[in-house]
Amino acid sequence: MRARMSHLIPACAGEENWVDSRTVYIGHKEPPPGAEAYIPQRFPDNRIVSSKYTFWNFIPKNLFEQFRRIANFYFLIIFLVQLIIDTPTSPITSGLPLFFVITVTAIKQGYEDWLRHKADNAINQCPVHVIQHGNVVRKQSRKLRVGDIVRVKEDESFPCDLILLSTSRDDGTCFVTTASLDGESSHKTYYAVQDTKAFNTEEAIDTIHATIECEQPQPDLYKFVGRINIYLARDEPVARPLGSENLLLRGATLKNTEYIYAVAIYTGMETKMALNYQSKSQKRSAVEKSMNSYLIVYLCILIGKALINTILKYVWQANPNRDEPWYNQRTESERQRHILIRAFTDFLAFMVLFNYIIPVSMYVTVEMQKFLGSYFITWDDDMFDEELDTGALVNTSDLNEELGQVEYVFTDKTGTLTENNMEFIECCVDGHVYVPHAICNGQVMAAAAGIDMIDSSPDAESREHEELFFRAVCLCHTVQVKEEETVDGIKRGIHQGKATSFYISSSPDEVALVEGMKRLGFTYLRLKDSHMEILNREDEIERFELLEVLNFDSVRRRMSVIVRSNTGEYYLFCKGADSAIFPRIVSGKVDQVRARVEHNAVEGLRTLCVAYKKLSHIEYEEVCHLLNSAKLALQDRDKKLSEAYDTIERDFILLGATAVEDRLQDKAADTIESLHKAGMKVWVLTGDKMETATATCYASKLFRRSTQILELTTKRTEEQSLHDVLHDLSHTVLHHHGSMIRDTFSGLSNEFQDYGLIIDGATLSAVLKPAPEGGGGASGGNYKEIFLEICRNCSAVLCCRMAPLQKAQIVKLIKASKEHPITLAVGDGANDVSMILEAHVGIGIMGKEGRQAARNSDYAIPKFKHLKKMLLVHGHYYYIRIAELVQYFFYKNVCFIFPQFLYQFFCGFSQQPLYDTAYLTLYNISFTSLPILLYSLIEQHINMDILKKDPSLYRDIAKNSLLRWPIFIYWTFLGVFDAVVFFFGAFFLFDNTTFTSNGQLMTTNTQMMFGNWTFGTLVFTVLVFTVTLKLALDTHYWTWINHFVIWGSLLFYVIFSLLWGGIIWPFLNYQRMYYVFMQMLSSGPAWLSIILLIMVSLLPDVVKKVLCRALWPTTTERIQVSAAGSTLHSPQGPYRGKRIICFCFFSQPVLLSKTEKRANRAFSPDSFSVQNREKGK
Amino acid sequence: MMASSYNAKEEDGHHSGAVGPGGPGAIKSKKPDNTAFKQQRLPAWQPILTAGTVLPAFFVIGLIFIPIGIGLFVTSNNIKEFEIDYTGVEESSPCHICSQNYAWNNTNPCQCSIPFTLEQPFESNVFMYYGLSNFYQNHRRYVKSRDDSQLNGDKNSLTNPSKECEPYRTNGLPIAPCGAIANSLFNDTLELLYNFPNGTSISIPLSKTGIAWWTDKHVKFRNPGGNNNNLSAAFAGTTKPVNWRKPVYELDPSDPNNNGFINEDFIVWMRTAALPTFRKLYRIIHKNKDMPTLPPGNYTLNITYNYPVLSFDGRKRMILSTISWMGGKNPFLGIAYITVGSVCFFLGVVLLIIHHNYGSRSNNADIPN
Repeated sequence: MRARMSHLIPACAGEENWVDSRTVYIGHKEPPPGAEAYIPQRFPDNRIVSSKYTFWNFIPKNLFEQFRRIANFYFLIIFLVQLIIDTPTSPITSGLPLFFVITVTAIKQGYEDWLRHKADNAINQCPVHVIQHGNVVRKQSRKLRVGDIVRVKEDESFPCDLILLSTSRDDGTCFVTTASLDGESSHKTYYAVQDTKAFNTEEAIDTIHATIECEQPQPDLYKFVGRINIYLARDEPVARPLGSENLLLRGATLKNTEYIYAVAIYTGMETKMALNYQSKSQKRSAVEKSMNSYLIVYLCILIGKALINTILKYVWQANPNRDEPWYNQRTESERQRHILIRAFTDFLAFMVLFNYIIPVSMYVTVEMQKFLGSYFITWDDDMFDEELDTGALVNTSDLNEELGQVEYVFTDKTGTLTENNMEFIECCVDGHVYVPHAICNGQVMAAAAGIDMIDSSPDAESREHEELFFRAVCLCHTVQVKEEETVDGIKRGIHQGKATSFYISSSPDEVALVEGMKRLGFTYLRLKDSHMEILNREDEIERFELLEVLNFDSVRRRMSVIVRSNTGEYYLFCKGADSAIFPRIVSGKVDQVRARVEHNAVEGLRTLCVAYKKLSHIEYEEVCHLLNSAKLALQDRDKKLSEAYDTIERDFILLGATAVEDRLQDKAADTIESLHKAGMKVWVLTGDKMETATATCYASKLFRRSTQILELTTKRTEEQSLHDVLHDLSHTVLHHHGSMIRDTFSGLSNEFQDYGLIIDGATLSAVLKPAPEGGGGASGGNYKEIFLEICRNCSAVLCCRMAPLQKAQIVKLIKASKEHPITLAVGDGANDVSMILEAHVGIGIMGKEGRQAARNSDYAIPKFKHLKKMLLVHGHYYYIRIAELVQYFFYKNVCFIFPQFLYQFFCGFSQQPLYDTAYLTLYNISFTSLPILLYSLIEQHINMDILKKDPSLYRDIAKNSLLRWPIFIYWTFLGVFDAVVFFFGAFFLFDNTTFTSNGQLMTTNTQMMFGNWTFGTLVFTVLVFTVTLKLALDTHYWTWINHFVIWGSLLFYVIFSLLWGGIIWPFLNYQRMYYVFMQMLSSGPAWLSIILLIMVSLLPDVVKKVLCRALWPTTTERIQVSAAGSTLHSPQGPYRGKRIICFCFFSQPVLLSKTEKRANRAFSPDSFSVQNREKGK
Repeated sequence: MMASSYNAKEEDGHHSGAVGPGGPGAIKSKKPDNTAFKQQRLPAWQPILTAGTVLPAFFVIGLIFIPIGIGLFVTSNNIKEFEIDYTGVEESSPCHICSQNYAWNNTNPCQCSIPFTLEQPFESNVFMYYGLSNFYQNHRRYVKSRDDSQLNGDKNSLTNPSKECEPYRTNGLPIAPCGAIANSLFNDTLELLYNFPNGTSISIPLSKTGIAWWTDKHVKFRNPGGNNNNLSAAFAGTTKPVNWRKPVYELDPSDPNNNGFINEDFIVWMRTAALPTFRKLYRIIHKNKDMPTLPPGNYTLNITYNYPVLSFDGRKRMILSTISWMGGKNPFLGIAYITVGSVCFFLGVVLLIIHHNYGSRSNNADIPN
């Protein structure tokens, strides 16, 4: 702390100079005189604070945050109004639930924060070893400061962001796993700067004299630029570039390296890990949106009711004898109040009286439903993957029901549809095809037959080319050799000749290639002292000095290495996508290779092209210079690097191509087919090339043989203008679409064509490019519309050659299209993160490319096939559950409040509540809360096996169908009807006649009168029973828990009422409920009328249900009936597949034409093909 | 909405006990338990409301409700009820004079008599009610204008009544019983005379106890000082409600068990009515051993007209009624039962037709074309 204070003053002076970068003095040592002035900067200490609250600010801060939420704020206002003005209900009625909600939330958040505090403390206090004056000193982690030199041992994790200075290894490298940061368990190599790697003892490191200039912290884990200035004895400082390969991130763990020395540059909340804490923007589900619009409607109803009553009150009170009859005078102070103030208070009082129409408990229940409900997803056995030993993960429970609403599925190809388990298939050198023996004997043999095998007598030149190719593949990669038996992460390679080494790489393709080379005779042994060792066919070790690695990136789509052979020749080997290589070729057998590449791509193989060029020493110097100057740049380093790469990687000589197979995931095709049947449109967005992707699409049944493929690719747009192509396509599609509608109505839809669209990245960006100002007029903007129109009419779309950002763009485009469909993105890699974040629902596959996608997703599943159960079963269930929950909540509160509204007409608009305070308070909290919560957790309207086997059921709930306005209005009217029945039922019993009871509980027949509280209790009793039984009627899945909860809550109501009325409660200042309930029950007519009123209230809904089911059944209802039928007939099998499938096929035209009439929405053509097939049978 | 914006997943995994369904706890868990509950496969009864299942229910309901309704209707019709409006609005009414020159603070009682004839005998116990209309006993200001602890005999509340009683809380001294309800206690006196054909008449004995809820009389309402017979001492330091003529401890000086707060007329009045038109039990005429309680013939209703209702267009009635097992005269319940029963029966028939015509179709629908 003192140190910090002392830095304070100079820091202020120096701050302006160091806006964009910071200077770190290693070991806090001043640079030698002559260098820049020592400007100590002020940095935060290494304390990690992930907690939101402290002990002191918890209550105010938490309350503030909770009341920022609009619903809570509304209830707070109501509560305050109750406190301030004289309102009909005591403040307890709304204060207690609010208090309950706020407390529960606060406890939950407090507990979470306590855990964070605990974790923070554990982290902040864990010891670190700091070098001070040549000695190792133990310090608490939080006391670490920027500039400290830290020693980290193997298997320790880094306490802050560090620049590697030296390691126990002579070559200045260390291995690190970033599993806890991004999930990649592979070992990554980090490098010490060459000039410091020698300082690898405590004493030596203390003598180092250097400063580091680097950018200010930024959250990107993979980006870092900096420069180290090393002051060697009296010389000018040596400047060396620092990149992300020198930066050890907090949270990562040191592996396979005994110890390292490193200097802290970002500490505490400035570490990249801490900067990545920021939570992503919250997604809200469609259900929540409809809930909010319902809320607004109800708010309007509420205000409307209050207004009507206020106005009527003053109209009614115009007669002073009504306003103030002799028996009911106002107090003097009330009389003196201004009429406007009185009217306003009356309005507020009515608001308070009716405020229960928007219940606090709905939010709590929805929240609990989502929170608890998501456990069923994590618990699901079917979504458990043995291999990964993990089940589905729920990162946010807010979107459960959205899973039942998906219309567009955007999926990544590699690792999502496919295994991302690469296998080397073949390589092709100058048109000669080489197939490794190991696979020849395997399953690929049949496919490989007929291909010319390794040429038995190659001429010298091709022989040389061949060997160069093999060496190129062996050298041009970033594969590491892992020489131990146990690997912490997933095994990236298969056993090598020596049983104890593996190939490890972040890219499985590379492993496959190096493996493949090994089978063809060239074994990559290791990287030692910057020399790559290769065991060639003659069992000789060849050594190449590795000079530069031009890393792979997804924009260039290629990587290169520059090596020097034993003979002193400089080679640049490059491998990459064909599109990235071919334009840079100057010689080689391009045509043969291209033909082979295309052939392989059609087979669905991943192809890479390999090329090389020889460099002279001078050329190499130039390259070095170019690279170094780019690497040393502090500003725009990436841009400069890519420019440099571009200049270096050209004028290649083509060597050949490789082909690697990535097999489809288990049941991928089945899943896609199911999604199609469920009415979803599946888009594949991939960075792969068109041919490969198309092949995968065929294999995964995204495209069928009958699908007419529309292409919107650069190839086509080269021939025609984009404009023409788009119009052509839209013409084809739309024309056919139009005729299709006619066919459906005439019942002849035999001639059906289903379309698949292929678009590539370049064309896509042309399509999405905003219209040039003035020039093209409206046409540019129209491209987007036309494109969307085409897409909407295609059953499948394949977007290939996509950059990560383009994937998100596509998702955004569809999201923003005029129907606002619900989108789902599924992917496994870092390149899918943008799309996962963009889509309504983001699903991450816990794949081999690390856990980044899973980390950023809303849900993570082990395999693509689990998407089926996730959407068709869980999504469907959650949707119907939450839909019922929302509708029911509004319904039961209409039933609750509307009688109070009606009562105002009979009590002189005096805001007299109909029910007792206890009933008002507990209605939503306890009498009617549990049954609906339980319903919304375990309701299953259809057996889950049926849902899975019959994806078309998903269409029944598409487009938020259960929360549409007509249904909402139906529920509201049902509520109003029930309320009218309750109120006027009781009204006629009280008004017309002597509604009386045996006052002495059946001992004498004395007739006593009932008062207003009995009236309210009667209405309330009918209300509680009706509302609970209504839910019972809606329940299709009666487990013992349902029985327990439904009958239990009714019993609870009765017991509570008996108790509440049974005692003179000493703490209450009124005893209005004393014996009211008992007296009511002792009256015969009360029993009769309760039964009658319940029957009458439930009758219309039952009739509506039965009639709709009999006359206009939905697919779901048909299946329910037949499922019930079949369980009846065959108890062991609840579901007879064949019969039911027939059912749903039949029902589809009915269903579709119905929806078609309602909204002129695009046909999903799939149902028709299904139907056709059915007819063909 | 309750979920915190903080997401446990975003941690670097160093605290694994975080709550949340997707918390790291879930990562650690190996294979999930294969229990029926967790796999959502609890054994369950899966009822579906179809025409077939609902049909019998409708018929059964119809068959049960209609007889009940008929029974109720007949019972209700057998109940004899007689009602006289003695407000005295009409000039012909004997109470017209009383009603006109009367205000609540008038000191001279006004008497009037209304003769009436019962055509049929009233058997068994007869209940005598007074009925008021357009009297908003359920007005909020009125309903809450009472102090239940005072009425329960609480000493503190007796001398310091609740604020709710305003403006009937104090009148110099604290008012007991306080509040608008007590203040406006119905204070007409009704007497019933049977006129023998020979011109003589006898007063019919009216029982004024047993008209309030037992629990009200014995638990909820209590005089201050418990069973102390000296009520006037117990109420010392309080004053009578403004409208009352006599203090609360003189409501029924003849019967100490019916005096003060536990006066049954008072208790009955204090149970506020649900609707502006209401009746309250006034007296019970217990049945005689051999003759009908009220034989047919001529009667006179003697009214001590104290209670003003004209100012708010109210009406006062006297009702005589017998009762049955289901209470007083109540045609509504019987009619409602008959109606609902018939509707159910009718719906049953409709559903039968639908079931017959459509039910078979939907069962065979699996073979299109």
